Amino acid sequence: MLMAQDITARLDEYLETEFSFIRSDELVPLILALVPAEQDFVLDWTRRIASTHTEIAHQFLRRATQALVAHEARIIEAWALHAMDVYDRAGLRDALAVIADIDHFVHYSHVRTAGVLFDEVSGVLQHFVHGLPGRALKLSMGDVSWTDGETIHLPAVMAQLDNKEANFQLCKLMVVMQWAQIHHGTIYTELTADLSVWPDLARAVKIYSLLESLRLESIIARALPGLGRQMEQLEADYISALPANWQDAAKSLQARGATAATSQTLLPSFYKFDLPVARLWHCDLDLEALDACRQARITREKHKLRVQLAQWLAELRRKKPAMNKTVKLAVQQPDENSDYNGPLELTINEAPVIPPRIVQQLLGSIQLDFGGIPPEYLVAAGPGEYDTDEQTTEAEAEDPDAVWQGTYHEHGALYYNEWDYGRRHYRKNWCVMREKDVVPVYDNFVSDTLRRCSGLVAHLRRSFEAMRDDERLLKRQTEGENVDIDALVEALADARDGREMSERLFVRQHRVERDITVAFMVDMSGSTQGWINEAERESLLLLCEALEMLGDRYAIYGFSGITRKRCELYRIKRFDESYGDEVRARISGIRAQDYTRMGFAIRHLSGLLNDTGARTRLLVTLSDGKPDDYSDYRGEYGIEDTRQALLEARRSGIHAFCITIDEQGPAYLPHMYGAANYTVVAEVRQLPFRVADIYRRLTR
Amino acid sequence: MAEQSVDEYCITEEPYYEPSGDEAKVFEAAWRRRLPLLLKGPTGCGKTRFMEYMAWRLGRPLLTVSCHDDLTASDLVGRYLIKGGETVWLDGPLARAVRLGAICYLDEIVEARKDTMVVLHPLADDRRILPMEKLGTQLQAGPEFCLAVSYNPGYQSVLKDLKLSTRQRFVALEFDYPPAELEARIVISESGVDADTAATLVKFAQMTRKLKGNGLDEGASTRLLVHAGKLMVDGIPAVTACGSAISQALTDEPEMLAAINELSASLF
Repeated sequence: MLMAQDITARLDEYLETEFSFIRSDELVPLILALVPAEQDFVLDWTRRIASTHTEIAHQFLRRATQALVAHEARIIEAWALHAMDVYDRAGLRDALAVIADIDHFVHYSHVRTAGVLFDEVSGVLQHFVHGLPGRALKLSMGDVSWTDGETIHLPAVMAQLDNKEANFQLCKLMVVMQWAQIHHGTIYTELTADLSVWPDLARAVKIYSLLESLRLESIIARALPGLGRQMEQLEADYISALPANWQDAAKSLQARGATAATSQTLLPSFYKFDLPVARLWHCDLDLEALDACRQARITREKHKLRVQLAQWLAELRRKKPAMNKTVKLAVQQPDENSDYNGPLELTINEAPVIPPRIVQQLLGSIQLDFGGIPPEYLVAAGPGEYDTDEQTTEAEAEDPDAVWQGTYHEHGALYYNEWDYGRRHYRKNWCVMREKDVVPVYDNFVSDTLRRCSGLVAHLRRSFEAMRDDERLLKRQTEGENVDIDALVEALADARDGREMSERLFVRQHRVERDITVAFMVDMSGSTQGWINEAERESLLLLCEALEMLGDRYAIYGFSGITRKRCELYRIKRFDESYGDEVRARISGIRAQDYTRMGFAIRHLSGLLNDTGARTRLLVTLSDGKPDDYSDYRGEYGIEDTRQALLEARRSGIHAFCITIDEQGPAYLPHMYGAANYTVVAEVRQLPFRVADIYRRLTR
Repeated sequence: MAEQSVDEYCITEEPYYEPSGDEAKVFEAAWRRRLPLLLKGPTGCGKTRFMEYMAWRLGRPLLTVSCHDDLTASDLVGRYLIKGGETVWLDGPLARAVRLGAICYLDEIVEARKDTMVVLHPLADDRRILPMEKLGTQLQAGPEFCLAVSYNPGYQSVLKDLKLSTRQRFVALEFDYPPAELEARIVISESGVDADTAATLVKFAQMTRKLKGNGLDEGASTRLLVHAGKLMVDGIPAVTACGSAISQALTDEPEMLAAINELSASLF
């Protein structure tokens, strides 16, 4: 049981009361009212939130004590994390709004509920929705459950029903409902126009969506009977409890062949009446968002389809040069009565063909928007038509530096989370990363280095050659490809002697295949300028010369950047690139850049390593010091994020190793890389010799 | 040297197989013209069953070899054994097939090492000879010998792809999951479930195939549907049968497993 003084002291520390108007003596009674376990819980979260912003922590504390009566700890945690995510994205005011409104966040409950969190279910539900036919949909967190035609939104917490399983089923039904709105025609292209004839648009939208729900539910129950049963279990006898006129409407909406037009025909007769209670999994329609999303999608998909068709036809022509010059593409109409649509069938000059998967996906998506495929879509793009605005923005995104000279945008950039050790949680999509090529420099660096170190290169090559695919002839085996003559002669002699003949009379080839890929992560921060930069370049050159002997797959990337918005990864050699003059010139072209934010680089390279599918994957860092970026990636924060990224790598099976020239290395490297996974090279000039040597030892 | 009886490899009963295109015709034409065949397609979509069917139809014996990492050339061609102080030559399946004029079927050829596969080259072009260096002879294949291999091009890594010099010697037949109606008929015939259940199983398979590339390496094969069907006929509830026979066979990743089980629970 904590005493008032202890609590005061801790609050003073976390909330920095010295520098603000926060009075901890007002807050202490709130905490004293809790049981010890809850006190620790609230104080711990106050501390964590305070590392992000003290005012959010202060407001959290005021409400948490009350909130614990109505909600379980998991929900409170999700509420706090959600507030910090909102702070990261949108700033203090929006974050405080989230804190102020915990009841809105959780919906409503006076009894302790067992809810599910979006983060807990999104993985499973994302896979689930990918298995449903039609357009590929994404899952995202939203304030309410709704869709814009491409993304399905679910609330952060679902706690309406009284157990986790039921709440999960509810989430699943919301997902299916939104999928059905897209796939079965509720949100068709002229919807806004059709509903705008009504004086009260909002009311018309509500009625339309309720009618459509009835129709969609019966389609779902027919196509997915298991779900139909689950709907009945969660909310039994809904239809029989509706007013009579709605029950009649339900009958016509449930008939096979009912479409959105059926709902539109029924709308006028319901416009004046009260609305019934909606289903638990009901999803509203946001016409504006739907239209905006559709506009962008239509332009994008029309262009993409025509370009893909052109590419596909070109490939077909390559295989069959005798093919007709003029092609007429047409689509087979699908069976209108089936609830399940298979892939669309295309014909080229009347002969049926199976288009590539991406064309099928596009056709499916376009069909959802238009009900069919407009004929002008089936004309392959001509040679002048590949360039559009979208292509030019894509081309711009190819040049990462353009973003800093023109209008800032994040097209073509990759996002990576960062670990906030104070918050003990990730900051989502915190780092904006771009890959750049190192400009190759054709100078004497390569020839000079190879000449100066020719002896060493020869030595390294020999010792690496000895590490290659091991092929040994094992003698005296019980089975094998060939007879071991020596063993046989001895055995026969033994038999003559009256002794037992050995069974080990064969030789076998024993193959040990090296299946190693390694990624080298080279510090290109400003601090490497001078001796260090030169030593790094020499090491890399020697390493490459030796690695070519081994045949391991390897990649070299430099990393640097300034602030989280400008994280840069420099391609020196990709995995699938062959080592030649250009790679050598890029090594020569490595120049010192800015700061050292390590987390994103480790995460990105881990992804690349895992994509290679090799059995043994290594990540080797060449660095000159601690992680460090402009103002916010210093000290413990930087070290902890780097450590977390390395833990993630290790969990996915990657071995991480650090080679540094920083004499202070032993102070922080064991914490990040582990006690045995780093080495300090005392003299910079020794670096070239040591790196190749260390690699040899790591991969023996 | 004891010769295995030819009868052991002959197929006497017609195996159930429904062609989905003209693959049988192409196979027969290739056999008559002494061309080797490459069957391409995902696992469990009927390649081996097709080979059995064609062997029965053409009335030839069929020798099947399942290829793996440790397969050496001598496993295919033959080796010397020591019996009672004497060295005795034992033919491998490839040599035996050539001698018998049988069909030799190498299943999942990519699993074997590339240097092992090179032993096929002289047999797979118009020379049709099998060199046997250890015996110091060559076997000339007769007109009835046929070489067939199968391979799944789907998810092999770059290292495990078929060498061009090997591929370009074969006539390729492409296999894929059958169209829905045919697949349902196959499931009914092989497992004994009723038409509705078979149709639902096929729908379920289509959903899992849609997940390919989104976290799954390969969707459910027809074979897995048959397994699930057999369990159901034996009284196992549908969702449990799908879970054991299909979901658990496709993935170990917990979220994907949960999602696939949710999909089957929605259908059944």
